[in-house]
Amino acid sequence: MAEMKDIVLQYVINEYLEDEDEVLSYDSPLISGGIVDSFSMVSLKRFLENKYKISIPDDKATPEAFDTVNKICALVNEYLK
Amino acid sequence: MAYSDKIRGIYTGTLNEIKDKGIFKQERPIHSAQAADIVVEFPMGSDLKKVINMCANNYLGLSSHPDVIKAAHEGLDSRGYGMSSVRFICGTQDIHKELEAKVTKFLGTEDTILFPSCMDANAGVFEAILTSEDVMISDRLVHASIIDGMRLCAALHDTFKHSDMAHLEEKLQLHADKRLKVVITDGVFSMDGDTAKLDEMVALCEKYDAMLFVDESHSSGFIGKTGRGTHEKCGVVGKIDIITTTFGKALGGASGGCVSGRKELVEMCRQKARPYLFSNTIAPVVVSGVNVVLDILSKSTERRDKLEKNTDFWRKGLTEAGFVLKEGDTPIVPVMLFNAKLSQDFSKALYEEGVYAIGFFFPVVPQGQARIRTQVSAGHEIHHLEKALEAFIKVGKKFDILGKTKQEIIAMYGN
Repeated sequence: MAEMKDIVLQYVINEYLEDEDEVLSYDSPLISGGIVDSFSMVSLKRFLENKYKISIPDDKATPEAFDTVNKICALVNEYLK
Repeated sequence: MAYSDKIRGIYTGTLNEIKDKGIFKQERPIHSAQAADIVVEFPMGSDLKKVINMCANNYLGLSSHPDVIKAAHEGLDSRGYGMSSVRFICGTQDIHKELEAKVTKFLGTEDTILFPSCMDANAGVFEAILTSEDVMISDRLVHASIIDGMRLCAALHDTFKHSDMAHLEEKLQLHADKRLKVVITDGVFSMDGDTAKLDEMVALCEKYDAMLFVDESHSSGFIGKTGRGTHEKCGVVGKIDIITTTFGKALGGASGGCVSGRKELVEMCRQKARPYLFSNTIAPVVVSGVNVVLDILSKSTERRDKLEKNTDFWRKGLTEAGFVLKEGDTPIVPVMLFNAKLSQDFSKALYEEGVYAIGFFFPVVPQGQARIRTQVSAGHEIHHLEKALEAFIKVGKKFDILGKTKQEIIAMYGN
């Protein structure tokens, strides 16, 4: 789980942060904080599905479920089981 | 009465929120034709003032060109005022077909379809050519009308960092399984004035079997050696699959737009694009004007050459005066001020000095990147630009930003 958190956090930093000085934690609000918009969630979902060989149903990939790295990892773990 | 006090209160509250945030937009009536010198009423109800216009999209100075006006008069006389029909019922005239053929030739594409505006072209094109099996991969700074068009389309949508070709390649690999892939960009980006790397994008699209879409609204008529657009500048004429552009900027400045590109894609728009199917097309008077605009531009590069010289003069003058500019070589020259209030105060001070240029700030541009977006025109003479430069320098001194770096301006005014 710790490894997954770091992988997801690093992906979010590389993918979405324009300002290199900005700091993100596992609990930083990504969607509600304006870091990831609804369009950009698509690439995050596809990244998770490809990386962990899972399929997340569209109705589960909600802005709430994708709002922090911790929540994202919890969602991925549901489909890993 | 359906419009109750409760309903009115909701809208009044929302409008007050917009005002409180300082982003309430107000129109500034112009009491003259669009040109380098205009007569403006600002604020509404105040005395009229003659000012130099530094913020129009009138790049080639054709908005009030006598030959274009004459052609519009002739079009009005010979083809009437309106069509009272959509294209496929009884709303297509010979001059509409003539314009589509001229645009195709001018842009070096296979076919063209007119739309009431480029906003409509962008709103209609994606839904007409893509399905849920496909993906759209867009630059993160594309124009709002493209974003709206993508929202109306069932295809998956992803983005790549602005002009970042490595990131675009990652996205093309990520979506390799999709039936169709379209890479989407502006040719010249309207807020920053920078140019898309179309040569590299064409190479990537060829490598990953993707189509390339370019909005040329801020390029058609003046970018490239003969003004064909960004694709000419980048040496990829004939290799762009979909071009959208407007007749509301350099190409006469009235209204209207088009989709130009691969013939099958254009035909798909004729069959399925909703703004084409359910709205009248461009009025005959405007079509007649644009037909002559394209004749003027096909005969001579004089106007785009003058625009290039004016742009060099303007960029050099501002740079030497010590302003922070967004780098580039297009007639869109953003003077960076970073702070939203400073951009508004600067614009007001310029107006007092006889120069009309607007401050842009979040959400039109990213937070902390407020600016005065200046736009150069072939309609400007050097004396206009000299006078405008004097005003910029005077106002720059007043706010003590000349020769200051981004960090120093932010330290003085915040961002």
